[in-house]
Amino acid sequence: MELVQMQKSLQDYTKSLFLDGVLDSQFLQLQQLQDESNPDFVSQVVTLFFQDSDRILNDLSLSLDQQVVDFKKVDPHVHQLKGSSSSIGAQRVKNACVVFRSFCEQQNVEGCHRCLQQVKKEYYLVKNRLETLFKLEQQIVASGGMIPAMELGF
Amino acid sequence: MEVCNCIEPQWPADELLMKYQYISDFFIAVAYFSIPLELIYFVKKSAVFPYRWVLVQFGAFIVLCGATHLINLWTFTTHSRTVALVMTTAKVLTAVVSCATALMLVHIIPDLLSVKTRELFLKNKAAELDREMGLIRTQEETGRHVRMLTHEIRSTLDRHTILKTTLVELGRTLALEECALWMPTRTGLELQLSYTLRQQHPVEYTVPIQLPVINQVFGTSRAVKISPNSPVARLRPVSGKYLLGEVVAVRVPLLHLSNFQINDWPELSTKRYALMVLMLPSDSARQWHVHELELVEVVADQVAVALSHAAILEESMRARDLLMEQNVALDIARREAETAIRARNDFLAVMNHEMRTPMHAIIALSSLLQETELTPEQRLMVETVLKSSSLLATLMNDVLDLSRLEDGSLQLELGTFNLHTLFREVLNLIKPIAVVKKLPITLNLAPDLPEFVVGDEKRLMQIILNIVGNAVKFSKQGSISVTALVTKSDNRAPPDFFVVPTGSHFYLRVKVKDLGAGINPQDIPKLFTKFAQTQSLATRSSGGSGLGLAISKRFVNLMEGNIWIESEGVGKGCTAIFDVKLAISNESKQSGIPKVPANPQHVNFAGLKVLVMDENGVSRMVTKGLLVHLGCEVTTVSSNEECLRVVSHEHRVVFMDVCTPGVENYQIALRIHEKFTKRHQRPLLVALTGNTDKSTKEKCMSFGLDGVLLKPVSLDNMRNVLSDLLEHRVLYEAM
Repeated sequence: MELVQMQKSLQDYTKSLFLDGVLDSQFLQLQQLQDESNPDFVSQVVTLFFQDSDRILNDLSLSLDQQVVDFKKVDPHVHQLKGSSSSIGAQRVKNACVVFRSFCEQQNVEGCHRCLQQVKKEYYLVKNRLETLFKLEQQIVASGGMIPAMELGF
Repeated sequence: MEVCNCIEPQWPADELLMKYQYISDFFIAVAYFSIPLELIYFVKKSAVFPYRWVLVQFGAFIVLCGATHLINLWTFTTHSRTVALVMTTAKVLTAVVSCATALMLVHIIPDLLSVKTRELFLKNKAAELDREMGLIRTQEETGRHVRMLTHEIRSTLDRHTILKTTLVELGRTLALEECALWMPTRTGLELQLSYTLRQQHPVEYTVPIQLPVINQVFGTSRAVKISPNSPVARLRPVSGKYLLGEVVAVRVPLLHLSNFQINDWPELSTKRYALMVLMLPSDSARQWHVHELELVEVVADQVAVALSHAAILEESMRARDLLMEQNVALDIARREAETAIRARNDFLAVMNHEMRTPMHAIIALSSLLQETELTPEQRLMVETVLKSSSLLATLMNDVLDLSRLEDGSLQLELGTFNLHTLFREVLNLIKPIAVVKKLPITLNLAPDLPEFVVGDEKRLMQIILNIVGNAVKFSKQGSISVTALVTKSDNRAPPDFFVVPTGSHFYLRVKVKDLGAGINPQDIPKLFTKFAQTQSLATRSSGGSGLGLAISKRFVNLMEGNIWIESEGVGKGCTAIFDVKLAISNESKQSGIPKVPANPQHVNFAGLKVLVMDENGVSRMVTKGLLVHLGCEVTTVSSNEECLRVVSHEHRVVFMDVCTPGVENYQIALRIHEKFTKRHQRPLLVALTGNTDKSTKEKCMSFGLDGVLLKPVSLDNMRNVLSDLLEHRVLYEAM
């Protein structure tokens, strides 16, 4: 049936996110925290993450476009982003942030620009995927079904 | 009329005679009168005349004599009585004075004579002094020349300049025709013409060093006159000069650094001399004077010293340049090494995570696959995939571990565990394989072996597993025995290792004996080297990367122990022994790292008031979600100040994020300590951080935090941590 189909495709989609490394086990933890008393926990957290990251990426773009880049300002932003992304399990974004930070330490402007592009790319990717994921979930809930729990042994 | 003594002459014949007498008397008188005048005049002129009185006397005597004769003039004819009286007076006076003078002269004349002798003596003395003056002046001039020469020679430290200057200056000072320097060759058997004064590019003459004339010159430190025809003096083709100038040769000692003693001037025990040959101009009939020879000798000495200085300087300059080069090379090498190390560390840091994740995915999914329905072939394939990937995972872990070990960045994770249980677990793991290979394994635990110890359980297990695994791998038959005991003294330990039990620590010794393949004693040192495999091809089929023993050795070293293997030879089995330092645990019950997470709803944190401080909105939300899920009542703050304001004694735990670089985060812990002086009122402080290495833990401890957690925190972790914390009020665990 369609519901089963949808559930299966949700499961596959989620699995693909993990296998691609876009998300890691931290996301699972978040999902575990979602229960009856807290039904929208994951989407709340993720939305907050999106808002925060959009702001941070904007700030980063501005800072790096300056004539003289003030790395003392850039580093905390990247640190923030790294923290946020690791909290929700956006693995690739977090990794890109790690590389970004090392370039910041070296005060390598070129490298930072490249990293920023990379971070943006990963961020939009995870944002896209998560939005798709939520749409699928909404569809299932709208059809009256339950979102299956994800079990993946890591 | 007076009668004088003179016979009265007959008038006509004696008239002539009388006339003559008359005239003579007159002249005598005049002479007599003029002599004293002359005397007086000249004496007056001369400043020095000691005998004035004599002169006066003499003068008087002469004057009177003159007067007498003058008066005589009047007595030739008849004369009056006054004339005769005057005459008599004069004569008497004259007699008196002349007698007095005569008497006086007896004294005077010897004196006058001695004056003459003295004068002669003085003249001789003056001549002598003159001579000496001449000598001194010559010497002084020589000295001046020497000083000037020395100055010229010593004003440069360049060898060639020194020698050239010497020759030029000598040539100038002594007006030489030719001046040459012969240096000994490297072999020391010949003298080579190195420098000459007049010829610009001397042809490379050499003469053997054993010539008699050369030996003669070398034998003395003085300048020696040599024949112009000797080989060392024949510097230019003789061009028809009749008389070759005199030639002098002197030795110039070539001193080495070792010749200079502090107190005495260099002993001329050095055998190396150069020869300096100086030629006077031909056809000049000049001779070598003593002072010139002295000059030459002094100059030769000075040259020797100057040359030594130049040599020493050259030496030290060369050494310094060499050192600088080496320094630069070393610096570059060091920087390259540092870059390489950094590159490798960066690589490892990234690969560490990157490699493990897909590995885990493969293993996890393969094991999941195993659970599903498969055809036998599929099952076999999946099993192979699983086995290979497990092996690969182990391999990767080993390599990564080893790299971290070599870095020195690996630290032991200490915890309390049950030693007896550990051994039994290891044996349980190995038993299946041993049973298949029909190798009985026995375990002997010494009765005094402590049960609960503190150490790195995981790594100790790794070591024992590795050693026992090797024993099983390389034995085809026989039995394997594992013995564990507490070692007190170093019986049979390698000589450079001393076992000293200190305080609550002890040394655990584990002996694994097998009767398998054995090892050639010569190969034993290689065993612990990375990647080295010593077994023959026949036994090569057993896998392994050769890293096991190397890693085990490093772990053992980290545990301040020692590991070694004894074997009596191939086919005679071998015994592996290692000692590690462990601490005896005070806790008698099993506590520490909970291996199995507690049941989900086992511990209830309902209503537990906690405070979460995190600047990052997202992670704040996540942490809050975690704690809410566990049933806590969570307050969140986003800054240090807010935290201080809000915290109260109602909050049991405060979670603070200390990720952001800077110490301000830790300060807040101190401030909370200050705020709550009574211990039971103070909330427990836990730091949430991105890394949990030893330094971070130490820092947290020093700031009074009760625990450290690694972000991102998993639900199980948080649960365990909270329960431990509330139970023990202290927790130091990474995950």
